Amino acid sequence: MGNQVLLVEDEPNIIEAVGFILSRDGWSVATHANGETALTEIRRIGPDVLVLDVMLPGRSGFEVLKELRQDAKLADLPVLMLTARGQEKDRMLAEELGATRFMTKPFANNELLEAVREIAGRASKR
Amino acid sequence: MVSFNLLVLVALTYVAALFAVAFWADTRARKGRSKWLRSPIVYTLSLSIYCTAWTFYGAVGYAARSGLEFLTIYLGPTLVLVGWWWVLRKLVHVGRAQRVTSIADLISSRYGKSNLLGVIVTLLAVIGTTPYIALQLQSVTLAFSVFAADRQAGWNLPDLNATALWVAAGLALFTILFGTRNLDVNERHSGVVTAIAVEAVVKLIALLAVGIFVVWGIAGGLDEIAEAIHASRIATWQMDGARWVSLTFLSAAAFLTLPRMFQVLVVENADERQLATASWAFPLYLLLMSLFVLPIAVIGLQTMPVGSNPDLFVLTLPLSQNREGLAMLSFLGGFSSATSMVIVASIALSTMVSNHIIMPLWLWLRQGQPGASQSGDLRQLVLVSRRFSIGGILLLGYAYYRFSGGGTALAAIGLISFTGVAQVLPAMLGGLFWRGATRNGAAAGLVIGFALWAYTLFLPSFGEGGVISARLLAEGPWGWQWLRPQALFGIGGIDPVVHALFWSMVANTTVFVIVSLASFPNPLERLQSAQFVHALAQSTPARGWMVEGGGAEDLLILAQRIMGPAEAQELFQNHASRQGKEGYLPDPTPDFIERLERELAGSVGAATAHAMIGPIVGGAAVSVDDLMAVADETQQVLEYSNRLEAQSEELSRTARQLSSANEQLTQLSLQKDAFLSQISHELRTPMTSIRSFSEILTEAKGVLEPEERRKYATIIQDESIRLTRLLDDLLDLSVLENGQVSMDMQMVLLSDVLDRAEATTASVVKERAMVITRDHSARSVTLRTDAGRLAQVFINLIVNSVKYNDAANPRLDICVSTRDGQALIDLIDNGSAIPVDQRSVIFEKFSRLSDQAAAGSAGLGLAICREIMDKLGGRVAYLPGQGGAAFRVAIPVVEAGI
Repeated sequence: MGNQVLLVEDEPNIIEAVGFILSRDGWSVATHANGETALTEIRRIGPDVLVLDVMLPGRSGFEVLKELRQDAKLADLPVLMLTARGQEKDRMLAEELGATRFMTKPFANNELLEAVREIAGRASKR
Repeated sequence: MVSFNLLVLVALTYVAALFAVAFWADTRARKGRSKWLRSPIVYTLSLSIYCTAWTFYGAVGYAARSGLEFLTIYLGPTLVLVGWWWVLRKLVHVGRAQRVTSIADLISSRYGKSNLLGVIVTLLAVIGTTPYIALQLQSVTLAFSVFAADRQAGWNLPDLNATALWVAAGLALFTILFGTRNLDVNERHSGVVTAIAVEAVVKLIALLAVGIFVVWGIAGGLDEIAEAIHASRIATWQMDGARWVSLTFLSAAAFLTLPRMFQVLVVENADERQLATASWAFPLYLLLMSLFVLPIAVIGLQTMPVGSNPDLFVLTLPLSQNREGLAMLSFLGGFSSATSMVIVASIALSTMVSNHIIMPLWLWLRQGQPGASQSGDLRQLVLVSRRFSIGGILLLGYAYYRFSGGGTALAAIGLISFTGVAQVLPAMLGGLFWRGATRNGAAAGLVIGFALWAYTLFLPSFGEGGVISARLLAEGPWGWQWLRPQALFGIGGIDPVVHALFWSMVANTTVFVIVSLASFPNPLERLQSAQFVHALAQSTPARGWMVEGGGAEDLLILAQRIMGPAEAQELFQNHASRQGKEGYLPDPTPDFIERLERELAGSVGAATAHAMIGPIVGGAAVSVDDLMAVADETQQVLEYSNRLEAQSEELSRTARQLSSANEQLTQLSLQKDAFLSQISHELRTPMTSIRSFSEILTEAKGVLEPEERRKYATIIQDESIRLTRLLDDLLDLSVLENGQVSMDMQMVLLSDVLDRAEATTASVVKERAMVITRDHSARSVTLRTDAGRLAQVFINLIVNSVKYNDAANPRLDICVSTRDGQALIDLIDNGSAIPVDQRSVIFEKFSRLSDQAAAGSAGLGLAICREIMDKLGGRVAYLPGQGGAAFRVAIPVVEAGI
């Protein structure tokens, strides 16, 4: 199992926090802050796990996810979606579009770590 | 003896005083205190530019040469005014309704907004008026020479031509200063009209004073003067019936068609009711002007040495009696007559030249380039072209003065001019009263009449061997006797003026009628002819536009360039609110386009305005329906269709309001929905950072470097502040919305509030390297308002611009103006404008247009601005058509002195 995580998120402080938590756990963390160019970045880096925020400038996380799942090479990439809106319909939409896991901000650091480990592990077992 | 230098000094002082009067009147008019200016007396006095130097000096000379014939020159206008109900009333009504800018514009507008006719009438007017301007130059020059008489040898200045040139240059400067001083190229000149009214009084008093002096000071009383008249050769004068009738007709025609008369009579008319007063007051003025003409002429002939110029008796009589003060007054009277004529005539002509020749040329040169998207203020172009026209017109006058030798009697030159401009009369009257008159007819009549006038009167006026050789004059071209310029068809022996008037008018009218009957008017002509001929009966104007495309915003940009931003925005805003819409952009309905075109026509003439609007609106100018409406002219059909139209207008207004309300409701409900998830997002985002970092700090006590710990603590702190600010904003907005807030109303200077807003935002502005320019002319606007809240509005707007201005070198212009008791503060940046569909949404809560630069903004700023302005009794709105993103804050000002 690789340890490359790509974090797509536009809030600088949250990037800082998530980056810190994951790298402390041994992950190699790359970050990207724009929805429009996110897919290009994903293809370039080829992460093992993707952490994807919903509210992004340029293009929403949902749209990024939708297109990502249509790409055969990326269809299996484990995706953890983060949202600050916390409405039930967002969760449903995320599942429908094929998110591996869905989390509402704010979260406990451990929760996030667990989730990333879990979806990464699940993917590698498959 | 009055020294020549003193005379020049007096003349200059007088001009300066006039300028002060004009300036004062302009200022008053701009402040809307023009009640006095609109009085019928000022209007009547302004009509007195009919009495030029020709009347002032020349009438006496005329009487000395031809007896009572000088009265015909007053009789014509008197008849026109007494009979105002029939012709003048309609002329003024049409002129005002169509926002006509000149006589050329009237003719052009009536005959389908044809610029060809505009050009013909303009050329005719320029050529026809040139002798008249020369006449004024000549009279002022002669008057100067009289005073210079004793200074140097003889009765002549060393160089009369040089004097005339100086006078022409002075008058040109004076007119440019007067008539094209400000950027307002609208057709009215309150200042000029007031100055003209003052000059009217001066010349009347001067002539009366000389008359009284002559009757009681020289002759010794009424009986003596009656005796003197009886004894003089004037008493034996025989009336020439043909000349009498022709001259009366000629002066009546000229009164209607002279460009300067049209200017004061129609264009400067502020209220149609002024005509009723003028109908008796102006003939009275003329009567007073002519009262002492005969006595002065008789006494002049009696007492002055044989061979002295009777045109100058008004000056030389007082001088010969050593009444220098009186002579000076008389000089000022003549000077007034000349200057007022030249000023108004050259303003009128320059308007025509710029509207009908220069602007169309400019439009033609820019053909193919998108007219509306050009930047730049067209008003400057219009002003410059008018200034050059004024200079050119006076130069022509001077040239005529030089070539005609400057010797002809004043009255003769005046009549040449009158006959020339009278050629417009058939087209004008036909246009007002005859539906069948067509563009081709008018053009043909004008050209024929004009050509005959030039051949029989104008060209011969340069003297034998001037332009037309003596031989041609005597034998006709190629020896054809029947084509002799002053004896067409061999009918010789008639007075040249009567001869020229007769042939030119007969040919003009005949050709006009025949060609009109034979030709077919185009649709726009039909439409315009209905509007002109039925002007007094029909109140709803027929439509000229069938709108297809045409962005209201492009129209606004065009209108701003011609009318100036303030006027254009006001017009658009008024019309939008009449349609039941908010903001500055009304739907481009035919109604609106029609109105706009007429407004623009008020500045650049009907033909040009039509040509400018055409490409933007794109629709066919006239629809089949419109033509049907024109064809069905029975009153019943009209009334019925008017009623239907009113109803459908009402319906479409309601529909527009409903659809606008509906649109807003849909938007609002979507936003209500989005509100919850937005607020959740805005609160959770900072909380996420806080929670994460506080966990990190608690868990990993020993692992972190002190540097890192400080950094993370700072993040927690920043995000808490952000949360607090968000909550503050939300509470603020909710309090404002519920109206529970009390405003701390104080008297403050607007500039202080703006200073405060600028100081508060200085750091963010500097960080983005944005340049703020402010026009500090708005220094003394006093408001009664809550300074803190108002500053908050400006702060939010400035901060917005810092955030969203995407220009490489960001700039924000803050312009302040006052209008209708409101201070208008425009904040205009050079970034991208806000797209049309977003403009109604931006003032709603959380309506950030994009997530760009999302940090630190919850999209509440503009919503708060709007609430605050509501509470302060003002408004904040998006201002379209400025290039970048622009907002206008409007707030009531406190009038000085309250």
